[in-house]
Amino acid sequence: MSCRRMALLSGAMAFALISSAAASDFGRAASPDEIALWDIDVRPDGKGLPQGSGTVAQGKEVFAENCAACHGDNGVGGIKDRLAGGQGTLASAMPVKTVGSFWPYATTLFDYIHRAMPYQAPGSLSVDDTYAVAAYILSLNGILPSEGKLDNHSLPEVRMPNRDGFIPEPEFSRSKK
Amino acid sequence: MSERSGREVGWNRRKFLATATTGIVGSAVAGGASAETLADVPAREPGTDLGALSARSKYVRIGRIPEAGPGHRNVDPADAINSKAPLQKLVGGITPSDLHYERSHSGVPDLDPSKHRLLVHGMVRKQLVLSVEDLKAMPAVSRIAFLECTGNGWENWKKADGNLTVQNTHGLVSTNEWTGVPLKFILGLVARDPASTWMLAEGGDAAGVARSIPLTEEIVDEAIVAYGQNGEPIRPAHGFPIRLILPGMEGNLNIKWLRRLKFGDQPWMTRWETARYTQLLASGKARQFQLRMETNSVITQPSGTMQIRPGYNRISGLAWSGHGKIAKVEISTDGAKSWKEAQLNLPVLPKAQTRFQMDWTWDGKPTKIVSRSIDEQGNVQPDRDSFIAAMGTNALFHYNAQQTWSIDQAGRVQNVLS
Repeated sequence: MSCRRMALLSGAMAFALISSAAASDFGRAASPDEIALWDIDVRPDGKGLPQGSGTVAQGKEVFAENCAACHGDNGVGGIKDRLAGGQGTLASAMPVKTVGSFWPYATTLFDYIHRAMPYQAPGSLSVDDTYAVAAYILSLNGILPSEGKLDNHSLPEVRMPNRDGFIPEPEFSRSKK
Repeated sequence: MSERSGREVGWNRRKFLATATTGIVGSAVAGGASAETLADVPAREPGTDLGALSARSKYVRIGRIPEAGPGHRNVDPADAINSKAPLQKLVGGITPSDLHYERSHSGVPDLDPSKHRLLVHGMVRKQLVLSVEDLKAMPAVSRIAFLECTGNGWENWKKADGNLTVQNTHGLVSTNEWTGVPLKFILGLVARDPASTWMLAEGGDAAGVARSIPLTEEIVDEAIVAYGQNGEPIRPAHGFPIRLILPGMEGNLNIKWLRRLKFGDQPWMTRWETARYTQLLASGKARQFQLRMETNSVITQPSGTMQIRPGYNRISGLAWSGHGKIAKVEISTDGAKSWKEAQLNLPVLPKAQTRFQMDWTWDGKPTKIVSRSIDEQGNVQPDRDSFIAAMGTNALFHYNAQQTWSIDQAGRVQNVLS
């Protein structure tokens, strides 16, 4: 088929072009300082978490000011995603997926709030306020006590109720090391 | 498209009046058969001036439908999270750029390409900052590929609303030509550490949408950092100035407004790959990293809310598979009792939508029509019962069950489950 020949040809061309270029031809070296500005991702093992801490009590205030308008008081009943409750519903006809019932990693909560929330002004919360509001959302789900706190060491240690609730696709698990 | 092939049904008229994007007939062209004889055809006359851009004919009514979630259609654009392509009005295999479906997680950012940068870092020997001009100076490839939102088909998980068009049920898939730099070329530039098995791709939108991408041989070979869409710079809604293209994989992996590629040795478990784009099974467990879009097809003509007449009808539709080329499409006009092979229109490209068609003489009796596709790997699009038996009704994503349209005595075409 001509389509197959074309695919092979363009593949061969790409390969030939790749082997002839050097890094110095394109772009410039990234400096450590500018990488640090953009390097916001956080892994389940805590890698990438910035130094800081916050308490459930502080988080309650941060939440009321920045989050409750969309997510509702106590993370329930808002116009956007419900954040609390739903544990035990996942196998029912009306599953309620929340941070407490569904999210497998607490580190994801920090990463997501830090990068994407509040919706109108992502990145506007300080690192300490981000730990605090994450702590508050975990407390709403009974995962942290009301006098609890979180920092960059304790957050990766939080075990989420649905931690074992996921089945990774075999085809794409091989590249996990 | 012949005027015989379908027209909007009367009982849907109120809905039509409320919806600018709905056509008068099944085809995209408004106005009826008002020229009875050649004498009625208007005389030739000099046309309008030539311009820098060509617009659609004023007789063509075609548009996407923004929605806020399953069943929340025709919403205020400020509340929309996606916008669906008018599959019932498209012909051929390529989706016009402005009709390509869209899923944006925090609006469409206004990015100045002169200030946009791609940071490539992590487990690489040379951490680089690349400008859009840098990318355009690199060797380029072009590829025609479908993109499909992971949520395409989400209207029909639990029930079938009989008022839905194929735009409502399947409008989150489109096919464009994408041009850009092979990811493999960039991997060579930065000298990726061979121990790096995952790549984080992050967008420059407010949400900073980020996905972990497994660096399989297939993905490394086929991924493109694209700046071109159907021969022009990518449209803002689709990722201007640059986006990732991963043919055959979940739409949301094809990160728009791409600004960062980071190499690592395990997935980051972002919100989108844990809380969002995972498939909740009946057991309460969820499938994760189900990244490939499945073997799929849908009849677009005739389809939901159209009306056909007894006699000759041409059935046409689109088939696609994240596994490769479409090998065969079969159509049943008797509710999946018997099947006939449809004609595939050329070219049939890997991981691109393929147009199929078949002639059919309708005897005027109520029936059901349905298509099923088979790809070159032998994957068969499942019937709804087997699909639901495997996935349950809570998964929300990766719906690829066969789509059935029922036809009643009056020729009215309706969305049904099977």
